[in-house]
Amino acid sequence: MFRLPANLSGRSYALLLAILALAPFILEWANQPFYLDLLSRALILGIAAISLNLILGFGGMISLGHAAYIGIGAYCVGIPSYYDYYSGWLHLALALSVSAIFALVTGAISLRTKGVYFIMITMAFSQMVFFTFLSMEEYGADDGLVIYSRSEFPEWLSMDSGVSLYYWVFAMLLLSLMFTHRLVHARFGRVIVGSRFNEQRMQALGFNTYRYRLTCYVISAMMCSVAGMLFGNFAGFISPDIMGWTRSGELIFMVIIGGVATFFGPLVGTIVFVLLEEFLSAITVYWHLIFGVMLVALVLFGKGGIHGWLSSWDRKDADYG
Amino acid sequence: MADQLLEINGLNKHFGGIFATENVNLSVERGTIHAVIGPNGAGKTTLIAQLSGQLKPDSGNIEFDGRSIINDSVATRARMGIARSFQITSVVMPMTLLENVMLAVQGGSGHSFGFWSPVHRDRAMETAAMSSLAEVGLEDRARRTAANVSHGEQRQLEVAMALAMKPRLLLLDEPMAGMGKEEGAMMIDILKRLRGDMTILLIEHDMDAVFSLADRLSVMVNGHVIATDTVENIRANKEVQKAYLGDGHA
Repeated sequence: MFRLPANLSGRSYALLLAILALAPFILEWANQPFYLDLLSRALILGIAAISLNLILGFGGMISLGHAAYIGIGAYCVGIPSYYDYYSGWLHLALALSVSAIFALVTGAISLRTKGVYFIMITMAFSQMVFFTFLSMEEYGADDGLVIYSRSEFPEWLSMDSGVSLYYWVFAMLLLSLMFTHRLVHARFGRVIVGSRFNEQRMQALGFNTYRYRLTCYVISAMMCSVAGMLFGNFAGFISPDIMGWTRSGELIFMVIIGGVATFFGPLVGTIVFVLLEEFLSAITVYWHLIFGVMLVALVLFGKGGIHGWLSSWDRKDADYG
Repeated sequence: MADQLLEINGLNKHFGGIFATENVNLSVERGTIHAVIGPNGAGKTTLIAQLSGQLKPDSGNIEFDGRSIINDSVATRARMGIARSFQITSVVMPMTLLENVMLAVQGGSGHSFGFWSPVHRDRAMETAAMSSLAEVGLEDRARRTAANVSHGEQRQLEVAMALAMKPRLLLLDEPMAGMGKEEGAMMIDILKRLRGDMTILLIEHDMDAVFSLADRLSVMVNGHVIATDTVENIRANKEVQKAYLGDGHA
């Protein structure tokens, strides 16, 4: 069943997944528990970036409002917990359904526009969510909401310890990677990718592209809400800040750094982003300046992101980037 | 009255003060090749756009197989069996020719809300796509990316995609546009083989192609259809010669 990928990029990703799978043991041995926190955070954002890449990369729908779904997912943990409902299944079901409904309604409107208008309207909708939570005094408004206890699952699925939460995140990450891969290569994915490059032709072939793109948008939102649900559990404290439009912008950067419309790109981009942020901010308070210059350089010179850079050593690049 | 697959009645479309289509009546008999010729700007492509659904006419009616399709979307009409090729090559450039044609097969075969099974392992779909590629002589180019084949081959791909939809009506918008003499001859051969099996509305500038392919011919000038007749009669028609073919022709 298992074959080692023949190309450099494939091998690098296999190695990365192996390291991530063993990370808790490695960090325990190195006595660096802080980095497990950092890694959990990075992988949670990684899931969000993978979900964004599904619409932004494969589908060509550039959303500047995806962080709203992180927020929705997180508050679907926070608000029930506030009323002492701690069931993890309830949190997960709420996150998936609320994000699906919100994405269906806002997507149905947003997808009537194209290009810059789509960017603006997705941002507007996410700001609506942002200000809604900002104004809800009951749930802490801008002071945020403390989640006193993590979502409750059966014993073997518990996410109570740092390590078990990490493996929850890692499992969800693997699921979203696998799901994205299957989806893109299935009938549905062909239509999505085809519509990104030539919508007119896809319609002439009999595809109602609007319906397919809307479905893709909803799937992506639901995936992102899982990241939000995990984030709520991870942070133990949530505030509207987690879904500001700058967070949506960061997600776009993570996707671009790693490689648009590639399977592992968003994950790699997110890890690099989070680590850079961490280490640069430890060096100087002016780290945003250095970070900005690095991002600009990466976008300008590193066409195809890190994935493009890795696979420039491979003979063939099978992705649609 | 012979069996008409397509009936266009009193079709009008204007952009501002310019009539792109003015009171156009046209019918295409099942199983024939019907060509529309006319000088640049006569409204031929606008007519195709209204037939395929990209443009909505101001008034008039289009009946396909006895049913009005005037309110149907592009995608709906495509699924009813109206396939088109584009005057300016319109394929999915980063995909291979095979993937492009497989998309066309997919469009004609049920919904595409399949989220799990990989398309590249769908042998039936691949076989169908390969046979359409073979029909236009592109089978040995199947694994090349659309962006990396010649212009002529892209034009052939356009036709292969339309064929792969197993259409009842094929709308071909200048399939030979920008082709060299040799490529053009090849395209004529391809279309000749389709003759009789398929109903085709062909828009073309190349007179050799039109005269050797068409069963019937309509001449459009300034949004009007000024004549519809057999190829022989159109060639002999003085009005057509003056309007379009030039005084020295025929």
